[in-house]
Amino acid sequence: MSLVLNEEQTLLQSTARDFLLTNSPVDEFRKLRDSRDALGYSAELWQQIADLGWAGIIIPEQYGGLEFGFQGLAAIIEETGHTLLASPLISSSVLSASALVLGGNEKQKNDFLPQLANGSITLALALEDGNHHDPLGVTTSANPSDGGWLVNGRKVFVMDGHSADQLILVARTSGAAGESQGLSLFLVDAASAGITRTRTTMVDGRNAANIELENVAVGADQLLGTVDDGWTILEPVLDRGRIALAAELLGSAWEAFNRTVEYLKEREQFGVKIGSFQALQHRASIMYTELELSNSVVMHAASAVDDDPAGLPAIASLAKARMNDVSKLVTNEAVQMHGGIGVTDELDIGLFLKRSRVAMQLLGDSGYHKDRYATLNGY
Amino acid sequence: MSMESLDQFRSEVRQWLADNCPVSQRTPAQPGEQYWGGRRAEFPNADAQLWFERMRDKGWTAPEWPAEYGGGGLDEAQAKILKDEMKAIAARPPLVSLGIWMLGPALLEYGNQQQKEKYLTAIVRGEHRWCQGYSEPGYGSDLAGVQCRAEDKGDHYLVNGSKIWTSRADVADWIFCLVRTNTDAIKQEGISFLLIDMETEGISTSLIELISGESEFCQTFFDNVKVPKENLVGEADKGWSVAKSLLKHERKLMSEMGTDIPSVDPRTIARDYVSYNAEGKIANSEIRRQLAEYDMYIQAVGLTHFRGFEERMHNIQGNSPLIMKYVGTEAERLKGEALLALMGSSALGWEGDEFSATEKQALRQWAMSKTLTIAGGTHEIQLNIIAKRILQLPQ
Repeated sequence: MSLVLNEEQTLLQSTARDFLLTNSPVDEFRKLRDSRDALGYSAELWQQIADLGWAGIIIPEQYGGLEFGFQGLAAIIEETGHTLLASPLISSSVLSASALVLGGNEKQKNDFLPQLANGSITLALALEDGNHHDPLGVTTSANPSDGGWLVNGRKVFVMDGHSADQLILVARTSGAAGESQGLSLFLVDAASAGITRTRTTMVDGRNAANIELENVAVGADQLLGTVDDGWTILEPVLDRGRIALAAELLGSAWEAFNRTVEYLKEREQFGVKIGSFQALQHRASIMYTELELSNSVVMHAASAVDDDPAGLPAIASLAKARMNDVSKLVTNEAVQMHGGIGVTDELDIGLFLKRSRVAMQLLGDSGYHKDRYATLNGY
Repeated sequence: MSMESLDQFRSEVRQWLADNCPVSQRTPAQPGEQYWGGRRAEFPNADAQLWFERMRDKGWTAPEWPAEYGGGGLDEAQAKILKDEMKAIAARPPLVSLGIWMLGPALLEYGNQQQKEKYLTAIVRGEHRWCQGYSEPGYGSDLAGVQCRAEDKGDHYLVNGSKIWTSRADVADWIFCLVRTNTDAIKQEGISFLLIDMETEGISTSLIELISGESEFCQTFFDNVKVPKENLVGEADKGWSVAKSLLKHERKLMSEMGTDIPSVDPRTIARDYVSYNAEGKIANSEIRRQLAEYDMYIQAVGLTHFRGFEERMHNIQGNSPLIMKYVGTEAERLKGEALLALMGSSALGWEGDEFSATEKQALRQWAMSKTLTIAGGTHEIQLNIIAKRILQLPQ
């Protein structure tokens, strides 16, 4: 475990920071949102990002990736939180890449990983059946048919699901909701018969989709991992996604915080800077302590993925629960401390607030992760 | 030091501890089982004495102090290894000492050669027990308001006034004091740092009973107390720098309390006091949430200690040291409340045989945790420091 970045990782992070500030400042995201862009992110920018190697950063070199490690990826994702970058980095390069790397067979890896890494395709994980994160509660069914399966169900809140070329479907081949045994993962072309995708307009202005699955025929070669045993892949994949989201939330919380502290130094009321008021100073200082603690927790979680310890599930839940709570605190305070202008659309602070709520909900809210953490620790 | 030699050092330390730490010294010390040293000290038992003497002879009562003063001469990385290895077997500190935690580091920075030789050596050998003379009845958070007066009488200072929250002054041999040597200067400018022998004529001490029922703190009165000039640390009127340096070490110590092995731990012992549902979850979901939140907070604090250490090893200038007193004592506060929640009425027994020693200890831990967010600079003072020094908010 290392809680400081090494030279290469530090360089990567500062390169990412410079690139993002130049090519995708918050203004760019605002333009995307205002134009109701069909894709939900800039295809041109995504290609640039892939050219930098970020899309395939955790993919082994033999499949066209950089094989740089998760801590490097987390450092980049943290930077994307600062500029509110909309991109398939988490859906495709973290969740789907991890699913293929951890569970794909040689053919599947060769077919998809190089294209994922070079930016020519994106993948999305179609997981949730309902409005709360509940991976074991999946009831989307996959019933045997013609040596393969027919998948039926409805997926919601699928990150970048509207634009992805391939979908990884989580479906139940046996067992009942709540059981880990009986879940299976399938890799399907998003244009397959029986798939109807609807882009959902979400509060954060990014790409998400509801997906109807009606007798979607999948063959045995589309199974990712082994039948009924998808949980052994899905759980570590989700933990990687949770840690990536925690890193994004860390970056966006720091950005909202820093902007707020700057405002406290500029804004005058009663003839003085409002930052001189102790009521505001103490609240800012408490947020600062939480953010410092968060730096350690998120960095530890990212390094844990590379070290792959048995404790990853608890470490991931610790990170996601903490960042959910800290992001909520900081974005709420950021709006409050900006006062009237904080609730206007003109100011960027509201964009951070909105993204926060979506990222908090993705892959588990605080209640989900505190419960999981307690269970993993035997209480 | 290279990684290889650090690994080598670790295995040597581990072996030495295995060979030398008595088995009875490998559990968290209960009240009365700690050895504080000093002229009046007695060892709680023979093993505690053996353990202390072995550690003292290694220089490991003060691992990072120079060997010439009886310390271990270890660097920070080595000292952390020693601490980690002691923690791994739950070894008690052989000597609990404000001299080691607070005065020593300040003397190393500001003391003259004679003072270092005299006091540091006596501290590591457990010969002097020190107490702290900082706060006064009217000057707690406003520490620089010190009124206790030290008049220059040529070859000595004449000290008059009183100090409060003097930790175990009733049994201490010496007190380090902030005194006012200049009443004309602005607050911070006229303060001096004096070392005073508690046996000097004119000093008296009374105990203060705390909400925990214990009397760890006292009020100490100085009535025409003569203190030799040689007991001045640093320059006259410039003692505020010494005071701040010492406070930094005090806060560092307090920040680590949250990660020490507590004698009653909410995550282990106290969990026997709740019922579980069929899934093995604590049946009361609110208690369960409270335990998880404490557990998660303490993990975050522990990781941040480790990050701070790693940053120092890599010469990275981080801000985390300035938050650690706040978060470390916040962890203690959460721990105390978690204990009461988990143990219910079992942790509410004040005295008598109807409650076990563990149960009564849990209550004292909770009550004592209330002092931690106050002593050494209150939570609010810590937040002021963060606002001013890190966030640089307008004052």
